Amino acid sequence: MISRKKLRIKEANILRSHGWQYIPDLKGVELSPLFRGRPVISDTITPEEIEHVKNICPVDAFVDDPFGLDMGKCIFCKECHFACPQKIMFTNDYKIAASNREDLVIRVGQTKMDFDHSAVRPVIRKLFKQSLKLRQISAAGDNSSEMELNASGNVNFDMGRYGIEFLASPRHTDGIVITGPISENMADALQICYDAVPEPKIIILAGSDAIGGGMFVDSPAINRTFLDKYHIDLFVPGNPMHPLTFINGVLSLIGK
Amino acid sequence: MEGKKYIEVSNSQAVAIKDIPLLDYDDFYDYVVDELKIDTHHCLNYYCVDFGSRLWFVCCIACDELNIIRICSHELPKGEKSLRSITPECFQLHIFEREIHENFRIHFKGHPWLKPVRSSFKNDGTKLHVDAYPFLAFESEELHEVGVGPIHAGIIEPGHFRFICHGEKVLHLEISLGYQHRGIEQLFVKQNGLQRTILTESVAGDTAVGSSIAHAQLIESLADLPIPESLMIERCIGLELERFAIHIGDTSALCTDVAYQLGQVVNEALRTTIINTTQFWCGNRFGKGLVRPGGSNYPLNETVVDEIRNILKDSGNRYIDMADRIYTLPTVLSRFDGIGELTPEQAILIGAVGMAARSTSLGRDIRKSHPFQYFNQYQYEPVVLTTGDVLARGMLRYEESKKSVSMVNEFCSIWEGMAKEDTPRPVYDYGLKPLSFAISVVEAWRGELCHSAITDEQGNLAHYKIKDPSLHNWMALALAVRNQEISDFPVCNKSFNLSYCGNDI
Ligand code: SF4
Repeated sequence: MISRKKLRIKEANILRSHGWQYIPDLKGVELSPLFRGRPVISDTITPEEIEHVKNICPVDAFVDDPFGLDMGKCIFCKECHFACPQKIMFTNDYKIAASNREDLVIRVGQTKMDFDHSAVRPVIRKLFKQSLKLRQISAAGDNSSEMELNASGNVNFDMGRYGIEFLASPRHTDGIVITGPISENMADALQICYDAVPEPKIIILAGSDAIGGGMFVDSPAINRTFLDKYHIDLFVPGNPMHPLTFINGVLSLIGK
Repeated sequence: MEGKKYIEVSNSQAVAIKDIPLLDYDDFYDYVVDELKIDTHHCLNYYCVDFGSRLWFVCCIACDELNIIRICSHELPKGEKSLRSITPECFQLHIFEREIHENFRIHFKGHPWLKPVRSSFKNDGTKLHVDAYPFLAFESEELHEVGVGPIHAGIIEPGHFRFICHGEKVLHLEISLGYQHRGIEQLFVKQNGLQRTILTESVAGDTAVGSSIAHAQLIESLADLPIPESLMIERCIGLELERFAIHIGDTSALCTDVAYQLGQVVNEALRTTIINTTQFWCGNRFGKGLVRPGGSNYPLNETVVDEIRNILKDSGNRYIDMADRIYTLPTVLSRFDGIGELTPEQAILIGAVGMAARSTSLGRDIRKSHPFQYFNQYQYEPVVLTTGDVLARGMLRYEESKKSVSMVNEFCSIWEGMAKEDTPRPVYDYGLKPLSFAISVVEAWRGELCHSAITDEQGNLAHYKIKDPSLHNWMALALAVRNQEISDFPVCNKSFNLSYCGNDI
């Protein structure tokens, strides 16, 4: 048997080695170089190369007129980069959430993303700036985006410091965060849960599966009609989205 | 009796479909029942394929002590809709017969419980409404029902749990799944090589590395793609890092459920260090993109090896200190010890696999019994505990984590000492052996992941099947909570940590 005193000493040692895991500045973190964040398309890309990457892309993430890469569809596999390493690069910039769907399209030569504050409904900043409670709904998510949303509240990222928090009951929350491409089998539950959130309320789509349907757009088991009915307030791309992408996106949304 | 009843293969070995014995149903029935009487055998997968004019049923049985997989089959002309159920004699087939019933409307006579598995889209495009699940009904003045889900309190995937309780005590739990159904198997056949490998990673994103190894080795076998030994080691390093990260995360979740905050917080932070190492290696915290058929986009290099070593040294030691504390703390132990017990008899009955089996005396571990990748050269001894309760499932993670850490270190050293050829680029444009069948099994952190494929005359993929270990193990959770306080359900559930999306595919 270990004595109580020994146990207490152990706990003190654990605390000491645990140290300080909290990230003080969530806006200034530098992620590892290979992190697949905001892409850059070189302005020297040729029509042949464009054709080539379009053929490769597993989710049709490239758009025309003018040519661009839609991060709302992209599942960040980076295969287009491996096919044309000099022409399409992925930076480790994780601040890629947007208030407009169109802003997720990265055009040739574009090297930064600006969050469009004018697209944010004024009521959001008026009511939710100091406290934003969210209900997460996994609608056929693959559990990676879900785990990253959990991580957003953990000891490292601690978004609770800004009053942003996930709660259990939709009635206590200010909006929903959807992960996953939305299965037919979750369509009803999603609607019921959304209806239970009191007005005014927001909708956030977290992860590329939720924004663009990912690999599943053509499956009959998917039902995305919910998204046609409502205004989406925030799009957070990634596969899954990094906790820092989510937190910085929400902070931009509420004007913090 | 004429001819063999089965063909024997090793993990991921491709065979011609015509070489798989086609038995008449009575022979098939007797053979399967006999084979599965042996405790070291269990059914890896039993499923049905539509071959146009006939339905073909293939059954793969893992014989752990022999390190081989036995495959046999039977068929039904289209239109015939009824078979004698094997479940009454061999319960572990219950879930497979249910799945076949759901997809092909085959009525298994004598099956006690032909309920939906995932309310999936059937081949004819119709489906059952997920809320139409026929729960066990009861008439009683004393009992009451508790329904939970599909949306749960925390940030987790959806599923519906229906408890029948007497006061606080759970008498019966029924689990209705399917909310995560995305029709993945149908998509597989339609899509190209790259799309398939990405799809594999999103079957269950928390097991991206395990899944993509299962897929890669299946394709490599069917397409005759050789890969260097160094790449096999790299894959095993990725797999064990994934296991370690999840085991730490699960330990954190277990602590959360019994309100031990230090354990929760310290483990959360430790998990971060491991998944950040995976991100350092391949740019994704879950290892998406790390494993590809035929080659790699992220060959291991010295810098990554150094990073892995440093992080494992620090986090590995801190995890051991923390786990030592957790599993000696009376307030935690009193919530884990003797809670949610799964007996070895139950585990054998339901065909439990992975952690659920190993925590209750059943040494099922594909790394030993049907080695794959570098485990072919490495003698892995599974961790086996006996008590089958939440404590055992927690301790199992602790013991396995220690093994994973030392294995990763060892693999890194072997990798460094190896003469390395250049790692090839991934191959997405492959031709497969025509009219073949292969089954690939990987011991991912939850248990055995099983991918199998059938090719047509032209060497195209004709059918793809995925089995997550959770398909077997959800029944383990349902049994483990019987006669428990309903308030112990969350900690029981976390201790199994089964996959919703892996089950629902
Ligand atoms: S990284 Fe995105 S754009 Fe590039 S190929 Fe993959 S999905 Fe397509």
